[in-house]
Amino acid sequence: MSEEETGEEIILSELDDAELVEQMFDDLYDGMREEIEEGVRILLDRGWAPYKVLTEALVGGMKIVGEDFRDGILFVPEVLLAANAMKGGMAILKPLLAETGAPTIGKMVIGTVKGDIHDIGKNLVSMMMEGAGFEVVDLGINNAVEAYLEAMEAEKPDILGMSALLTTTMPYMKVVIDTMVAQGLRDDYIVLVGGAPLNEEFGRAIGADAYCRDAAVAVETAKALIARRHNSAAAG
Amino acid sequence: MSADIWLTERGLPLAAPALSPDRILLIACGALAHEVLALRRQRGFDHLDLTCLPAKLHNTPERIPDAVRAAAERHRAGYKEIKLLYADCGTGGRLTALCDELGIEMLPGAHCYAVFDGVETFAARGEVTSFFLTDFLVRQFDAFVWRPLGLDRHPELRDAYFGNYRKLVHLAQVEDAATSELAARHAARLGLAFERRTTGYGDLGAALEGWARAGS
Repeated sequence: MSEEETGEEIILSELDDAELVEQMFDDLYDGMREEIEEGVRILLDRGWAPYKVLTEALVGGMKIVGEDFRDGILFVPEVLLAANAMKGGMAILKPLLAETGAPTIGKMVIGTVKGDIHDIGKNLVSMMMEGAGFEVVDLGINNAVEAYLEAMEAEKPDILGMSALLTTTMPYMKVVIDTMVAQGLRDDYIVLVGGAPLNEEFGRAIGADAYCRDAAVAVETAKALIARRHNSAAAG
Repeated sequence: MSADIWLTERGLPLAAPALSPDRILLIACGALAHEVLALRRQRGFDHLDLTCLPAKLHNTPERIPDAVRAAAERHRAGYKEIKLLYADCGTGGRLTALCDELGIEMLPGAHCYAVFDGVETFAARGEVTSFFLTDFLVRQFDAFVWRPLGLDRHPELRDAYFGNYRKLVHLAQVEDAATSELAARHAARLGLAFERRTTGYGDLGAALEGWARAGS
């Protein structure tokens, strides 16, 4: 039952671990950044490893947000508020995760394509990928093929992610993939694409490894394709 | 309910079924209704009938193809020719594919901004960081932008949506000071510079002209 319903103020520090994580799920859902930051600090003070706080409290909460967005229960504004709250928690955890050597599943370079400045989806994917243990190099908006190629050369990622919101800019993804093919680079990377006007058929047609309809799917797809890659490398 | 709200929420029903097989049916986005009716009146295209789908589909483009298909099937028996007054409108080519399947012509370009500005002109400008509003969208700004993005409840999200934009461009179909002043106020609310550009009816006029002459 929420604070609003009971009329009682919830003191986060008085909750036990399970209750606190449950409350953080609610706070994340409601986009309450300060409460999330406080919850993260309390769990760290109680000796939780930063990676455990990230995966169990923050990613667990965002998973619910993602599912409700997919089911049409939550909409973009609410997801943005939840993401903003998660960002607050991530900002505390990030330096600690680096210090404690938290596991990294893989590395991703991501950016919106040339001519496209719409980065809400891309930002959500970046955040969720980081939360899932990926190292993310975010190229920002409006990226020409050269920017992607330079970043792939410099960063040696496992995954290239491209995002577009406009029907007019989504064909540019094929320009990038065709250039990768021409330069013999295509098979070195997993290519994931996303954005409102895209669909699976488009992803296949341009030669991407997968189309991801939302941030949660992007994370699951990335994990699955990385695992498949490792398995085939081991078998080979 | 004002005419604009009606067009946003419900569209425009067909005034009367076709009496002659030579009439052409225009299925349009409600956001184009005023302009289509003005062109029909000004140029005497009396053999063009108009019905509009709710303009609010603009915010859920994935629903547009099914709505167009339903409207086309509903009216097909009464008309030898149907024309679609939608551009791609964020459907990722699905509307073009549907029109190919149904044998219907549609507007060129990516969206109504390009149609009003002129599809080639719009492409040549290459304005990546401009946010466009037509006269209709200026008047219906709260219904299409402010409320659906949750800015009425969470104005702090403004920069998450508009932080990468630089200016709001009002593509004006008619000279109307009140609409322009309203557009300038919207730009200020979004924290963007403002530009007004008179487009008239752009490629919409040319498309209607072509269809009307071919069918007369």
